[in-house]
Amino acid sequence: MTPDQGSNSRIMKKQPRIRPLKENMAKLHRQFAEEICRYDSPYLKELRDSALSTFMEKGFPSHELEAWRNTSLDEALEREYLFDFDVQQEKADINRIFRCEIHNFETFLFTQLNGWYIYENAPLTELPNGVIAGSLREAMKRHPQLFAEHYGRYADTGKNGLVALNTAFAMDGIFIMVPDNTELEKPIQWVNIVNAGEPMFLQPRHLVILGKNSKLTLVHCDDSIQKENTFINAVTEVFTGEGSTLDFYKLQNKDAGSNLVNSLFIHQEGGSRVQTNTITLNGGLIRNDVHSTIGGSQCETLLNGLYLVDRKQHVDNQVFVDHLKPENTSSQLYKGIVDDEADAVFNGHIHVAKDAQKTEAYQTNRNILLSENARVTTKPFLEIYADDVKCSHGATVGQLDPEALFYLRSRGICERNARMLLMYAFAAEVVGKINIDILRDRIDQMVQKRLKGELSICDQCVLHCKDERDIVFEIDMSKIPS
Amino acid sequence: MLLEIKNLRVSVHGKKIIKGLNLKVNAGEVHAIMGPNGTGKSTLAAVIAGREIFEVNDGEIIYKGKDLFDLSIEERAREGIFLGFQYPVEIPGVSMTNFMKTAIDEIRKYRGLPALSAGDFLKMMEEKKKLVEIQSNLTSRSVNQGFSGGEKKRNEIFQMAMLEPTLAILDETDSGLDIDALKIVANGVNKLRRPDNATIVITHYQRLLDYIVPDFVHVLYEGRIVKSGGKELALELEEKGYDWIKNELDA
Ligand SMILES: Nc1ncnc2c1ncn2[C@@H]1O[C@H](COP(=O)(O)OP(=O)(O)OP(=O)(O)O)[C@@H](O)[C@H]1O
Ligand SMILES: [Mg+2]
Repeated sequence: MTPDQGSNSRIMKKQPRIRPLKENMAKLHRQFAEEICRYDSPYLKELRDSALSTFMEKGFPSHELEAWRNTSLDEALEREYLFDFDVQQEKADINRIFRCEIHNFETFLFTQLNGWYIYENAPLTELPNGVIAGSLREAMKRHPQLFAEHYGRYADTGKNGLVALNTAFAMDGIFIMVPDNTELEKPIQWVNIVNAGEPMFLQPRHLVILGKNSKLTLVHCDDSIQKENTFINAVTEVFTGEGSTLDFYKLQNKDAGSNLVNSLFIHQEGGSRVQTNTITLNGGLIRNDVHSTIGGSQCETLLNGLYLVDRKQHVDNQVFVDHLKPENTSSQLYKGIVDDEADAVFNGHIHVAKDAQKTEAYQTNRNILLSENARVTTKPFLEIYADDVKCSHGATVGQLDPEALFYLRSRGICERNARMLLMYAFAAEVVGKINIDILRDRIDQMVQKRLKGELSICDQCVLHCKDERDIVFEIDMSKIPS
Repeated sequence: MLLEIKNLRVSVHGKKIIKGLNLKVNAGEVHAIMGPNGTGKSTLAAVIAGREIFEVNDGEIIYKGKDLFDLSIEERAREGIFLGFQYPVEIPGVSMTNFMKTAIDEIRKYRGLPALSAGDFLKMMEEKKKLVEIQSNLTSRSVNQGFSGGEKKRNEIFQMAMLEPTLAILDETDSGLDIDALKIVANGVNKLRRPDNATIVITHYQRLLDYIVPDFVHVLYEGRIVKSGGKELALELEEKGYDWIKNELDA
């Protein structure tokens, strides 16, 4: 986005460039309190204040924290970033910026550009059936009662400094509310694009509320298309009311210079069903925290993930499922293929409270390492206080099956294609969990393209980049002993 | 001559398995290899197919006038070598159709043949499935995954029918088959016989040889072929067991 020439001084003032140090953050918060807190109700004001003091106590997460032992933000935090307090919610021709490559994929499209909600018609859409969707900032202003009820209730600022920091600074993001007994006929597609031409520090905040027996499919595409570094500290809160169903697909195709920390908090009421699929195709540093609290019975929680990383990419998936009530089922399936010097971390934590009897909780993490320098750290953590439960976990780190490779090659298939078939088959288990045919087919294609080294991060974007940068995920045969 | 094995010596992890083996196979012939468990039959088959874990210490294998050891696993297959596995491998997530399409595409490309259209390919699949009478849904499933023992063996012959090899080595394709399936599989193999190709069947049971009638029967014992004969040798083995051969060797 090119800044308005006439308002340079304003921008200078409202867009400081600074290192994200703890003291600087406090200073920024004081300096821009007017912009940050403009629509705060007393509840929000208090929430922010206490979140800020929590952040000042905790600071940015460091290696000393168990959950951050394998992901370091040190390097990312040493840089200067642009912090944008110049509210730029505006009308924009979204089609000029983003073109979804999935043809005939009918969705309601919501777009964020550099942290700000952009729209074609109105900042907040309120449909006759009661659905409210659009800008979080606008919703904050218009629906303080919904915010008092849900906002900040699920995202635990005590989890780490970043969640607290986001809560203190949150200014915009996506807000979705689906009322009781309502089903959206089309998925909501929510696209987050970063293209500022400058290193940016962004803290988007999202809130999704599903009423009783409602149904929603969310497709969240996280793309960044710039060379400059970005730091995104995103927090999403999801509330699924009794008997509701949420399918949440997250597609991450990020630039090498991007640092993305995504904290997703889900609170499930009885009889609700949640499925998340986090598909990471590219990224610099990606950290996905999924924190799922099951606060009723007869719930189903399916958390799936796929990560294909190479070069120096780092992906860290932290999953926490908190079984507080009896008779619920949760299942985690995360799979990854890790090449070059890439680094993948999986940490699956299942907690079953004392009276959460008849819990079924499963966890699987499978990894394929393609190079000697690639690394996988996988750690299951089962914390079970109830006695009548079915729990299992399994983690594997291995190479492609040499017997299968031989079998395929003995039918005339070259080694490269044989490997490709096996890797694709490995990934397909997760992709197969996507319930929307057209989306599944598209992601399937993207995975194949990615494995062949043909997927570009520019694939979905029609912005006028100077250089198209292809992402390479070629398999270097020489690296693999067969 | 299609295949000539001269003084082959093979070991795995330093353990000698094939210890100076000689065998000649001409086009149009069917050879049967029999022998006690663990004497190296599957090892021989795997070495011909190019399995890398086996170390060839000595000897040579000439196939269609070429040094076989100069060819990669896939090149051997493209040159017409087919191994029917004693233990077919399960490959979750790779569909039979995708597997066969990839294989046929690559083989045709190697041989300079035009690519098969999707329609022609599917037609071919249907024809070959009939040949081994396999259930149609088998090809939409993942390779061998959840197949019964018999289905796996039939699937090997189905693949053989698809790839139309010059030299097929069938490693205990009869084991695990019921009588009807045995006839179907044998029938499939017989229908694929041509004057310009050859088959080596590895088996423990004379019964299979009632259906696939061999021109030669060889006994592999302790890494060598110790006795060769016509189809009546199989009957003799059935009757007398291997002790007879062992005693003969000791004498
Ligand atoms: N990968 C391996 N590692 C170690 N030893 C092996 C390996 N493969 C085969 N062998 C050994 O080599 C010997 C010959 O095995 P092979 O499978 O060739 O026997 P076979 O004649 O096919 O037996 P069967 O009739 O039981 O199928 C056996 O002692 C076996 O244990
Ligand atoms: Mg054997």
